Amino acid sequence: MSSSKARFDPAQASKFFTKHGHSGWLGLRYRAHGENWVELELPWREDLLGEEDRAVLASGPIVSLMDMASGMSIWTTKGDFTPIATLDLRVDYQRPAKECAAVIGRVECYRTTKSAAFVRGIAHDGDPDDPVAHVAGVFMTIDRDPRQGKVPMGQDAASSAGTGDE
Amino acid sequence: MSDTQSDPAVDLILPPYARALGISLHGLEGDMPVLTVGFSSVIEGRPGAFHGGATAGLLENAGYAALRTVLVREGRNPQLKPVNITVQYLAAGKQKQTYAVGRITRLGRRNANIAVEAWQDDRGRPIATAILNILMAERD
Repeated sequence: MSSSKARFDPAQASKFFTKHGHSGWLGLRYRAHGENWVELELPWREDLLGEEDRAVLASGPIVSLMDMASGMSIWTTKGDFTPIATLDLRVDYQRPAKECAAVIGRVECYRTTKSAAFVRGIAHDGDPDDPVAHVAGVFMTIDRDPRQGKVPMGQDAASSAGTGDE
Repeated sequence: MSDTQSDPAVDLILPPYARALGISLHGLEGDMPVLTVGFSSVIEGRPGAFHGGATAGLLENAGYAALRTVLVREGRNPQLKPVNITVQYLAAGKQKQTYAVGRITRLGRRNANIAVEAWQDDRGRPIATAILNILMAERD
């Protein structure tokens, strides 16, 4: 909105993200961030089970958690809230999350180029040295159409979160 | 391959996570279950578009549904454990009904490799694809 843009602040931005849409529904919470990383938490929820008979979180919400933490780590690293779209996201599950445990996702953006951002991270349920999953992903930055200030059609791939181009 | 009266694809029971997202069975493509989800705030990421995680959730559930269908037809009932999922995002998920179906690329005794596609208006233009590796553990 304002012309003098403040540096992207994941703690502040989370207040919006965690109230709206899919992230809000999951109840994602901000935990911490550094120069190039963001840590979010997915609280335990009974209706997110992957199987009826085991109190273990489905893997889908973990993808959502890591996708969201990925996007925020990129904005944090770049310092601005440019539109990005997930191109490729891979999650390797080392073990199921503990029963009734919250899952913490920590993702770092280890490289940005003009058009891409590369992320990696872990999900754990209390002990970062014993991860539930590792994640690796590539995101594309979407150039704005200078005529409209909007995302051009065609490059508008599915994204983790609000890319905030309004 | 049996001419059973009940088709495992049709009798599919979706897990709590799928039902919470609003995913339901749409029908069959060949002999595989097609899952569907409508657009709602529950799956919204960027305003007016699917959240990448919700898209992955639909793909994952369609993959599991495909595998369960084949296993039931073979009379098997192992516990399924995800090894990994790789999702490719090809186009924005817009505010439309979205569908997904899985294909079993390889079914072994311990491992299954499944390819899943999700689409909206045009079956020939997927908005996202996924590959899942799932470990099958026999129940004691």
